[in-house]
Amino acid sequence: MMSYEEIRSAAGSYGLIYFILMFIGVLIYALWPGNRKKFDDAARIPLEED
Amino acid sequence: MPAISNALWSLFMVGGTALGATLAINAADPGYLVHGVLLGAFCVLGLVFMYARRGADVATDASPYNDSVVRAAVIACTFWGITGFLVGLVIALQLAFPALNLDLPWTSFGRLRPLHTSAVIFAFGGNALIACSFFIVQRTCRVRLAGRWAPWFVFWGYQLFIVLAATGYVLGVTQSKEYAEPEWYVDLWLTIVWVVYLLVFLVTVMRRREPHIYVANWFFLAFIITVAMLHVVNNLAVPVSFFGAKSYVVFAGVQDAMIQWWYAHNAVGFFLTAGFLGIMYYFVPKRAERPIYSYRLSVVHFWSLIFLYIWAGPHHLHYTALPDWAQTLGMTFSIMLWMPSWGGMINGLMTLSGAWDKLRTDPVMRMLVVSVAFYGMSTFEGPVMSIKAVNALSHYTDWTIGHVHSGALGWVAFVSFGALYMLVPSLWKRERLYSLRMVEWHFWIATIGILLYITAMWVSGIMQGLMWRAYDNLGFLEYSFVETVEAMHPYYMIRALGGALFLTGALIMVYNLWRTARGDVRIAEPEVPPNIAPVMA
Repeated sequence: MMSYEEIRSAAGSYGLIYFILMFIGVLIYALWPGNRKKFDDAARIPLEED
Repeated sequence: MPAISNALWSLFMVGGTALGATLAINAADPGYLVHGVLLGAFCVLGLVFMYARRGADVATDASPYNDSVVRAAVIACTFWGITGFLVGLVIALQLAFPALNLDLPWTSFGRLRPLHTSAVIFAFGGNALIACSFFIVQRTCRVRLAGRWAPWFVFWGYQLFIVLAATGYVLGVTQSKEYAEPEWYVDLWLTIVWVVYLLVFLVTVMRRREPHIYVANWFFLAFIITVAMLHVVNNLAVPVSFFGAKSYVVFAGVQDAMIQWWYAHNAVGFFLTAGFLGIMYYFVPKRAERPIYSYRLSVVHFWSLIFLYIWAGPHHLHYTALPDWAQTLGMTFSIMLWMPSWGGMINGLMTLSGAWDKLRTDPVMRMLVVSVAFYGMSTFEGPVMSIKAVNALSHYTDWTIGHVHSGALGWVAFVSFGALYMLVPSLWKRERLYSLRMVEWHFWIATIGILLYITAMWVSGIMQGLMWRAYDNLGFLEYSFVETVEAMHPYYMIRALGGALFLTGALIMVYNLWRTARGDVRIAEPEVPPNIAPVMA
């Protein structure tokens, strides 16, 4: 069982790294050139049906 | 398959009837007795409903989607909306004129205030979300809503939750957690309804004919999943008896406070923000007839909102027993929320690029755009108020009330009104709304109402905060509490006027929607909204 101090320091260090990596991952996914076509198509989905 | 589904749901209803009767017979208090009877009656009516609709809701070539449940949610949304706004007006008047409490327990401010908040957030907002999520998921996945009776159970089960919550408040049944007042057995009922909601939505998305899951559905999924998690954790409680309403929350002290505000802040973040952003991401492009300005931005908007919001709750507990670092953490994450706030606002507004003239000619478009503007404004104000130095002045004052209402009236209600104005002609298969001019009136009356409300609360709240912290030259407090109350009276009247205007606008909308559903068109109006002569480009 982790102590309060251990959880707190882990949240402040590993938590920070984890969140920054997640955010970089999201940015790479959003800006990846290969995804451009898919996203351009998706942006039109509301305009397609009936 | 249909036979099994019919049998299982009938069995559920028979079981529910027996359970309701058992609870009512053994009830230890009047509130619990009423609720047992309501559960039993609900399940009996459920059986009648299933029998009456046994041949209905079949997909045809003309309408491949399940829209009858969406129509029901639209009606419920407008009904609860009017109820919630009306109760809001009553309690605003009670604050200005305390005699209106009528000296009765059932009509006291303490019982009517949760009735107002639950009616507008969960009943009006919740039904708007059920209607829009069911409408949008079918269109963006190009597949019929999953389940035969399950969507109806979500709709009617949710209405029962609302009725149980509302009658409980008036009868004094409450666990006293803000925005989570219903007692343990009502929480259990909502959990069942919510899990079915999640399943209906998930299975529909899994059966989609569109390869990509549209961003609006991501927001709806985040809303449904996160609200489930928040609801279950915050309502962990031990009932005193299985046959009584009273329960005790398992957490205590500062842990309880932190869980409560983790819940309540994310109710704002995931119920009133993520869910309604799903509505925005469908109806704004639809109405503007333009694709989303930047789909990439919507991806970043979604993930940054999801990852940041969940940590912002501690800003409700500044200068309390909560550890200082946790308060600072809540403040920091709140400031970072400017990122998704601007992402969403820019994406919503810029979707109009190339169609800005619609802002002038189409009042429904204007309503949607102004809702996005209010989204930007209230989510700018929120992080400012989460800064500890600002919070020292703003907390516990009317400024908070003003902030909440700029989000609730300006963003949540306006985007819902815009969606309703688009849903009703589509769902009732009408060419157009009964009257666009009435939308125009609704828009301006409601906007003036909101502005009166917010500005009155800003002035009143900042004045209240300054009066509380004023000292005279001997170091004594300058004002007694009752002097602050007296000073706020004029602003309470302005606020009530703002609320009355907002309610008036909503009543105009209901009339307009009712005539639209009937298939009427106001003859005096031109087919196309009056347009200014086209500019040569």
